[in-house]
Amino acid sequence: MDVEKIDEIIDGYVDEEGVLIQILLDIQHELNWIPKESIIEVSRRLQIPISQIYRVASFYTAMSLTPMGRHLVQVCLGTACHVRGAPKILNKVENTLKIKAGETTEDMMFTLRRVNCLGCCAMGPMIVVDKDYYGKMKTQDVGEILERYE
Amino acid sequence: MPKTNSPTELEDLRREILSKRDSNKPCIAICAGTGCLALGAQRVINAFKEEVKKQGLEANVDIRETGCPGFCEKGTVVVIYPKGVCYLQVQPEDSFEIISAIKERKIVERLLYTDPSTGEKVIYEHEIPFYKNQMRLLMGNNTKIDPKNIDDYIALGGYGAISKALSEMTPEQVLEEVKRSNLRGRGGGGFPAGRKWETTRNAPGEPKYVIVNCDEGDPGAFMDRALMEGNPHSVLEGLIIGAYAIGSHEGFIYARQEYPLAVENVNIAIKRAEEYGLLGNNILGSGFDFKIKVHRGAGAFVSGESSALMTAIEGKVGEPRPKYIHTSESGVWDKPSDLNNVETWANVPLIIDKGSDWFTSIGTEGSKGTKIFSLVGKVNNTGLVEVPMGTTLKEIIYDIGGGIPEGKKFKAVQTGGPSGGCIPEEYLDTPVDFDELAKLGSIMGSGGMIVMDEDTCMVDISRYFVDFLCDESCGKCVPCREGLKGVRKILNDIVAGRGKEGDIELLEEIGDVMSEASLCALGKTAANPILSTIRYFRDEYEAHIEEKRCPALVCKDLISYYIDPERCNACRLCLKNCPADAIDGEKKLIHIIDQSKCVKCGTCFDVCPPKFSAVKKISGEPVPPPIPEEKRVLVKDKKSKGGQK
Repeated sequence: MDVEKIDEIIDGYVDEEGVLIQILLDIQHELNWIPKESIIEVSRRLQIPISQIYRVASFYTAMSLTPMGRHLVQVCLGTACHVRGAPKILNKVENTLKIKAGETTEDMMFTLRRVNCLGCCAMGPMIVVDKDYYGKMKTQDVGEILERYE
Repeated sequence: MPKTNSPTELEDLRREILSKRDSNKPCIAICAGTGCLALGAQRVINAFKEEVKKQGLEANVDIRETGCPGFCEKGTVVVIYPKGVCYLQVQPEDSFEIISAIKERKIVERLLYTDPSTGEKVIYEHEIPFYKNQMRLLMGNNTKIDPKNIDDYIALGGYGAISKALSEMTPEQVLEEVKRSNLRGRGGGGFPAGRKWETTRNAPGEPKYVIVNCDEGDPGAFMDRALMEGNPHSVLEGLIIGAYAIGSHEGFIYARQEYPLAVENVNIAIKRAEEYGLLGNNILGSGFDFKIKVHRGAGAFVSGESSALMTAIEGKVGEPRPKYIHTSESGVWDKPSDLNNVETWANVPLIIDKGSDWFTSIGTEGSKGTKIFSLVGKVNNTGLVEVPMGTTLKEIIYDIGGGIPEGKKFKAVQTGGPSGGCIPEEYLDTPVDFDELAKLGSIMGSGGMIVMDEDTCMVDISRYFVDFLCDESCGKCVPCREGLKGVRKILNDIVAGRGKEGDIELLEEIGDVMSEASLCALGKTAANPILSTIRYFRDEYEAHIEEKRCPALVCKDLISYYIDPERCNACRLCLKNCPADAIDGEKKLIHIIDQSKCVKCGTCFDVCPPKFSAVKKISGEPVPPPIPEEKRVLVKDKKSKGGQK
């Protein structure tokens, strides 16, 4: 892990209060997960106990304490998506990637997450791969969409 | 950059912007909200840009990338101004035809809205039934504004209200006006915004903070996202006015990380407003200073609760705390903090601009103004709908929403997200406002409205919400943490066919305790989805428990799939798609599902061509025995027979 990168992120928040969550989000964004070493560095620089940082990082779903795959697949299970068949879509994605929600494929290609509403309720069921949104999903389309990512 | 130092300069700037614009020049407004982007709007936008270039019309036609116009079902939505010709479900390849039509002053008939009952085409946006029956005070400007361009907002009179407040009104007068308007919190609580402002204003302690809650976590609601993405300046203006009335000089916008485009657009909006002298020190030369910081959420439903949100702003774990100390008196860093929802703030400029008398002329006795609802689920016209308070559920679902698709029967509408409840058909004439829905055991909440048809199982929906809340409960207080786990176990048993007598009563009892004893609103209202479905759909619970039957054919453990030999055409579609290799058959050999292998994923049901409809779902009855081997061969004349039956 590149300690300089972490320092650079922290330097962006000099003299501001309450920035821990924002810093952790930036680290997540930069490294795609939050390694132990980065927590130690944040603790050293901000003078916040490691335990407190760990508590924050483990509370929020946007932060991952394990390495994530190259692509993040999010299946929306909001109410609108649910009544339009989202559980079937999740099932299909799980079968296709051969992992359960919350897991990462062995080749580190995909991490699969279920999310509780992405605010695209009119388009449900919805999946998001990285930054690409796919609405009105059908189980038949899942395979083809996932194949686009390498 | 033109920094405006007084109301007059702002007015001059507005005139200058307008004078540079030709109101007759065609402008192609294309929705670039997250919903339409999901349907490929970016490709549509690129195609239009290219086509304009190709036809050499750069000087004659403008293209505007706008926020969400609300009619998501028919996205990508393209509106051609000045007349407001509305094209729906536009694809990139339509760009040539539309631009040619603009040039020749014609209309592309095939992309217009077609009335499903009369077959008539509707040309203009405001004449489409979906829009015609709405009152779009907050959403209406979304197609007229490029959210990244502050000039668009100013051209429509934007920042006129803050200019008026700062130059003509004292903070007390602003407060009084908002109090008189009886604006109630749009996030779900319905607490009068003016009174909240007053508490913060009068509370001892400096500095005071004002906060925008854009942590829209209710699944099925997305109006805050649409406002933040599509018209961020209206929210900023509301916030500045509130800060002025309260005497705050620092504000926060707390936005969900799931809404990256909203975060991007509001950050741009803040920067532009600062450059124009509408934020920062000495706003419009009035001596009033105000700055805004954006705080990204990190994915926790409970952080949308006011006290939890404030601890999250402090950089800590976003958990709620007991409410005997109001956050309006002691919030962020124990300072007086006023928090309102995005939609609430967006109403403020309208109230200051047009007056509280105008505002109170809209709506019902106790609930004034309009409300945006996200009309989703099993309804024809899904999207965002803004109507005066007091509009009935029926008007929203049928007149605007166009009813239930595929001729299915309406079963219930779920309002208010995980804190709300399910309302059955007999109450469709109920006027929607803060008080009426509460009487039915639901709430209006932030405005999610999920329509459910006969294919929705109410026990499954109840379990769905409990699952959701189990995930999102912070675990701090016992009634919520343990109560949710307890009801989850009972509901899981019921949907799996292990329900027993007394389960329903136990659910009600636990639900009552959770409502009474939980720490925050999440736990207090967590039982609403269970209690309201028991209240109105007790027979469905009983069918699951007593007959081990799921009337809506949803609960996996209580249903079976089987292939009707009379209808099967041996097309092998289901066989090829079955993930469990549970279907036996070949060409000309009627297919059979091996029940011991079937995982009940429903793939066979989905892929079986509608003209055959051979795959059946059954519940509460035994699966018919498989057809004998000797009868499985498909004879030729049976082929047509099977298809017709």
